[in-house]
Amino acid sequence: MPDVRLVNVKKTYGKIVAVDGVSLHVHEKEYFSLLGPSGCGKTTMLRLIAGLVQPDEGEIYIGDRLVNDVPPEDRDIGFVFQTFALFPHMNAWDNVTYGPRVKGFDMKRAETIGHEVLEMVKLHERLDAYPNELSGGMMQRIAVARALAAGAKLLLLDEPLGQLDAKVRNEIRYEIRRMTKDLELTAIHVTHDQSEAMAISDRIAVIKKGRILQVGTPMELYMKPQSVFVAHFIGESNFLEGYVSTVSKRGSTIVLRGGIKVETVQKDIEEGERVVLAIRPGTLLIERGTKKNKNSILGIIERTTFEGTDIRYEVRLENQDMLVVVKPSLMEEWLDIGEKVAVSFSPSRLHVFAYPKEGLREEVAVE
Amino acid sequence: MKNIIYIVSIAIFLVLILFPPILGILIKWGSMQDVLDQPDLTSEALSAISASFAVAFFVSFIDIAAGVPMAWMITRGKSRWLNILDTLADIPFIVPTAALGYSLLLFWSDPQGISSLFGTPFVSTGWLLVILLHFTFSFPVVVRVMVGALLDYKLEYEQASRTLGAAPLTAARTVTFAILKPSLIASFTLALARSLSETGATMMVAGAFVNGPIFIQKHIGLGQEGPLVFVSFVLIALSSLIFVMIRLLGSKLKLPFQKVWPRTERKLSNSTVTSSRNGITLLIFLIIVLIPSLFVAIPAFEAIFGGVLPEALSGVGVWGDYWQSIALSYFVGTVVTLLNIVIGLPMAIIIARRKIGNGPTAILDMLVNIPIIVPSVALGASLAIFWKENFAFFPEIWLLIFAHLSITYPYFVRSMSAAVERVSVELEEAGRTLGAKPLGVFRTIIFPLTKYSMFSGAIMMFTRSVSETGATLVVSSLKTAPVLLARSWVLPYIEDPINAPVSRAEIGLGCGFLILLSFVILLVLRLIARGKARY
Repeated sequence: MPDVRLVNVKKTYGKIVAVDGVSLHVHEKEYFSLLGPSGCGKTTMLRLIAGLVQPDEGEIYIGDRLVNDVPPEDRDIGFVFQTFALFPHMNAWDNVTYGPRVKGFDMKRAETIGHEVLEMVKLHERLDAYPNELSGGMMQRIAVARALAAGAKLLLLDEPLGQLDAKVRNEIRYEIRRMTKDLELTAIHVTHDQSEAMAISDRIAVIKKGRILQVGTPMELYMKPQSVFVAHFIGESNFLEGYVSTVSKRGSTIVLRGGIKVETVQKDIEEGERVVLAIRPGTLLIERGTKKNKNSILGIIERTTFEGTDIRYEVRLENQDMLVVVKPSLMEEWLDIGEKVAVSFSPSRLHVFAYPKEGLREEVAVE
Repeated sequence: MKNIIYIVSIAIFLVLILFPPILGILIKWGSMQDVLDQPDLTSEALSAISASFAVAFFVSFIDIAAGVPMAWMITRGKSRWLNILDTLADIPFIVPTAALGYSLLLFWSDPQGISSLFGTPFVSTGWLLVILLHFTFSFPVVVRVMVGALLDYKLEYEQASRTLGAAPLTAARTVTFAILKPSLIASFTLALARSLSETGATMMVAGAFVNGPIFIQKHIGLGQEGPLVFVSFVLIALSSLIFVMIRLLGSKLKLPFQKVWPRTERKLSNSTVTSSRNGITLLIFLIIVLIPSLFVAIPAFEAIFGGVLPEALSGVGVWGDYWQSIALSYFVGTVVTLLNIVIGLPMAIIIARRKIGNGPTAILDMLVNIPIIVPSVALGASLAIFWKENFAFFPEIWLLIFAHLSITYPYFVRSMSAAVERVSVELEEAGRTLGAKPLGVFRTIIFPLTKYSMFSGAIMMFTRSVSETGATLVVSSLKTAPVLLARSWVLPYIEDPINAPVSRAEIGLGCGFLILLSFVILLVLRLIARGKARY
């Protein structure tokens, strides 16, 4: 199955730069996600790969073939649209066998393929149903089956689960991954849902304003975000502003607002530099009382939220910054609103980023 | 409230749109016996009716074959110049029908027309020239309806088809036009109806060829009413039957969409073939539609360089009446368009959503076509009987507006009902469940999804009203631009060029101004309607 390469690809719509000089390599048989907020250019990237829009600059390869001038029908792709785009005048069977028919397969072969893919998506009993007679989940399965039946080697999925309810979404996302892995397809999946991307992807590219900020496995992106935006968009992060007080061979000291000092293991920063600390809510320790340890800050619990498996505390720190702490709800004793607490963290769990030029709020904005 | 709107809309349709054009035929019903009593006359009438249907069906199929590629080119092309081409496609609609017939006669048969290239008349008057004429004036109907439909169409279906391996031609054939089948049928129906009813222009080019409307005209000249009633009745009855069948069977009609010829269609989708197709489409449009339609205006250049232009612009002599008639035409066209949008929209929704059940809707759907099936000469006579004899106390301008409402109403309802039919009912239901009132659903959901079709329908109504000649002549003594051009300028010139009140150059300039003004108005409206982002 083919790999996909984008080399310095650019696409503009008038003054809007949808894709800004993107280079990317999706490996063969990989399940790859393009993740980013609405309007970041991820769908445009997918449509560029499909040939539904043409790049202004750059090169797109599917396998070894430069496909810039190759029409969509000759790219051996399957495209699953967010709205499914099932042909309303055809029933499920005609939709599924459309690809083999337009590619000139003989009827017997087309029918065999149709039955195989419908078996795969477990929708054999609804062959005669028209799209308006199917549920969202069924339409999604038919859309995937249709793409697979066309003999796609590369499956492109544009927010394929966006129109489904949460339960069905969770079921289908694993089904899609399983099918692509069983068929050894290369798949590129566009989504704005980081949990969806994390759950099914081998690797993810995080995109913002037409640019790829970071590519990595879900774990890499979560554990080692390379920018404030990635730390914010993948999982959840607390951000604390400060400046670098000292840098040594063992790490650095950051002074937060109110003069609170924090130790980190970060060394590639300069003294006096304005920085942002990112801390995952789940990595923080929270203890009742006012006893301060190394890398601990005192505060008062302002709000608690029970989220089922977790309990979430919003803590107003002594320097008036706010921190979110998430703890397993069934494992620990719950704390109450108004209680004085000490929040502490390991230096190795802190991520230090240069303060964004546009400001912190603008940097993490997703709209 | 919603039901009241629908009831009022149906009542207005029956009283204002449907009844006036057929009243004359109903009142004179007894005179039909005159025809039935004379086997020769009956046979002559039936052969004229057959000729009408033969021409109408042939022309409508050719209209689809030539008009759909034109609509495709206009909507899928990327050049901004296509806005101009789109507006040029309306030209045969803008030219007054009598002037259009005269223009085609000049172009195809006159020694100074295309015949000058061959030495002998290239196309003599007769059936071929009638076909060329009918193609010319019904071509814009197909283009207008299909441009609206293609602009409203959700491109994702076609893209899905392409990603599944379909060549562009296969995708268009098996998906796009299969989904747009209601619009294809609507455009075919409108073209068919337009061809069946046209009289004024056909008379000028028919020669010895006789179709239904010409048969009527011939016998009206002899003071016989029977042929008018007989032919009109048979035309209406047969057409209605055909339209009902189209309506009922249309949704079940399996056009050859499913079968695929991958290799052939792939070859036919390559850029050379596509460019050739666009070239041929343009050529057909230029040579058979546009140039013959504008030919009557070519002497305008002679007028411009001969010093007539300043006279025309200052409104001296015959030009004073001319400018008044232009203002009147645009006023009537605007009022008729706006009124028909208001009264036609609920009807389009009733038909598209089958609000009154399948059977009654099919009947209503068929009845909507009647005002454009009735031969215009019979329509004029019928409208005159209804309005002038019963409502003489109405200001004449209103009689004119009412007559034009009848004539143009079907264009809008046909185009809009096809567009509304394509909008999923679920979207409406979603709007209602979110708290929107029916009017709110229309304003926020239906209208944005059908606005191009609505605009197309409005253009057809406006241009049809501005160019209408035959019925206007009979209903009112007010001189709209087409009436003035046909009755006071063109016909006297054809009868006696030397003693006519105007010269050929002035006729050309008069037609030229009308065409140019209408063209500019339509182009500006089109640019405003589409905004900055073309399609």
